[in-house]
Amino acid sequence: MKIVVTVKLVPDPNGEKKLDPATKRLVRTGVETVINPYDEYALEAALQLKERIGGDSTVTVFCMSPESLKESLRKALAMGADGAVMLSDSSLEGSDVWASAHAMSLALKRIGFDILIVGGLTDDGSTGAVPGALAEFLGVPCLTNVRKIEIADGKVRVERETDGGYQEVTGSLPMLVTTALTIGEPRYPSLKGIMGAKKKPIDMLSVADIGAADTVGSAGSKTELLSFAPPPARGAGQIVTPEDPAAGAAAILAFLKDKKLV
Amino acid sequence: MNFDLTDEQLAISRLAREFATDEVRPRAEEMDREEAFPYDLVAKMAELGFLGLPFPEAYGGAGADTVSYALAIMEIARADASTAITMAAHVSLGATPFYLFGTEEQKQRYLVPLAQGKMLWGFGLTEPEAGSDAGNCRTTAQLENGQWRINGTKAFITNSGTDLSGGTTITAVTDKRADGRSEISNIIVPQTTPGFTRSKKYRKMGWRASDTRELSFVDASVPEENLLGKRGEGLKQFLTILDGGRISVAALSVGLAMGAYDEALAYAKERRAFGQTISKFQAIQFKLVDMLCEIEHSKLMVLKAAWEKDNKRDFLQTASLAKLYAGEVSRRVVNEAVQIHGGYGFMDEYPVSRMYRDQKINEIGEGTNEVQRVVIARRMGL
Repeated sequence: MKIVVTVKLVPDPNGEKKLDPATKRLVRTGVETVINPYDEYALEAALQLKERIGGDSTVTVFCMSPESLKESLRKALAMGADGAVMLSDSSLEGSDVWASAHAMSLALKRIGFDILIVGGLTDDGSTGAVPGALAEFLGVPCLTNVRKIEIADGKVRVERETDGGYQEVTGSLPMLVTTALTIGEPRYPSLKGIMGAKKKPIDMLSVADIGAADTVGSAGSKTELLSFAPPPARGAGQIVTPEDPAAGAAAILAFLKDKKLV
Repeated sequence: MNFDLTDEQLAISRLAREFATDEVRPRAEEMDREEAFPYDLVAKMAELGFLGLPFPEAYGGAGADTVSYALAIMEIARADASTAITMAAHVSLGATPFYLFGTEEQKQRYLVPLAQGKMLWGFGLTEPEAGSDAGNCRTTAQLENGQWRINGTKAFITNSGTDLSGGTTITAVTDKRADGRSEISNIIVPQTTPGFTRSKKYRKMGWRASDTRELSFVDASVPEENLLGKRGEGLKQFLTILDGGRISVAALSVGLAMGAYDEALAYAKERRAFGQTISKFQAIQFKLVDMLCEIEHSKLMVLKAAWEKDNKRDFLQTASLAKLYAGEVSRRVVNEAVQIHGGYGFMDEYPVSRMYRDQKINEIGEGTNEVQRVVIARRMGL
């Protein structure tokens, strides 16, 4: 079973995020780069699946990112992935959802997979649209928000989180699955994993390798970010100084009723 | 000169920080209050490989270097000194003697499960009347019919009485030498040896969640093959072990100081007095700057000693300097951290109060400040 997980490298979510007004892109310098937290759940799901299936199953991590961030990908190998493939090319910069998913799909066709496990969202772009676009380009079924994956007799059986509970859905391989955060807390890399990560391969692919020259980057994108603005600053709060506690409670209740919160 | 850490060193430091922040830190206050040995945390540390960090993979370790080991101890001590000493004593004092002096059979039998963290092990050098004067060992081991018959008492032995403890390696007088001095050897004493008993846990000022006990040997017999290393080289072997151990206790001091500094900085930025946060007052700023300065200095000394050890240089003087200095830095830093907290720093619920108590042993254990100065002065040729 060839399990492939897509991973994005993003600025550390615990750091402050800034947009560069000139490029309209997230500032990625001066902040630590980490694996997108949602993708760590996808990787955890993949590693658990591999452990359950056993045999000659492998977990390969796929990442589209500048080559300079290669070392940030080692954590995935330290956690237990068998190898990684990186699609790196300066011409990929500025790709929108369509262009990103298209380039990724060409690379993933080359890599090949039985099941492709994708995090539900990225911490930087947060469009949530790439998994669906990927499935479309790859021509495979897509099951989203999955909290449990089982594979038997070439069939995938998953549990999908819904607002009120969960659904059981089956489908056939190859398939794309996006993970919910309830799939299981990502494991820590072990020290042996860290020491062994250097010996695992990170294979490099370029845009030429996947034959996507005209469809990548800003030029190959179908959408364009026109402008952006920070959220409006929060206004001053309303301070109530009541005569007594009862009057205070009445004032708070009136406020909540006015906002239709009670 | 290159101060860059390798990718592995960075990754191990990051893992230790993440583990310490998420798993250890939230438990530190309760563990201290209850004097509770954290079996679950030790099991997790074993699973991640922390308990065999510097030993080769062939012996169940992770094969990482001393710099990584020091960085890991710092991060864990930053969250909780008790957990850090449990790890440091296990690795540097419990498992290392087998790695350095054990036969291949002893390595397979003891080092492998110790490195895997399946078992903890103690190091019994100190006695009620032999601390800094370690040569004044009163415990005896007499070889009779292929058995060592052991009698005596050991004091302040870490990791000696947990449910995971497999035994303790002790120094014992095995004969009298021609010059009238004692011949001291190292003997491996498994936990199940008849005549070997442990006291209840000591009640301690600090490191309260670590396991420290007095050991008693009354005609405790172990087979002759339980001799570790050469007969008569016990003291020399233990001094070699302490040389390496200084790096880990120095790292523990640095980590504790880092933790106290973190708390003081956060508190200073949050606590308001006279209409502004106290971090805006120069008196507090100067304290924080001085703390940071000394932490950075002692951290560099520890990493230099670790680097020297990894690169097979003579690290003994640097390690002694680092142990001495980091111990004293930790005292000054925890003291100022409590001062910055004012009255709240005196309250049990604030971590700096625990850190203040946990600190003192850094200047006593594994060579007091005074002995450390004597050792350093001797190496200076004075």
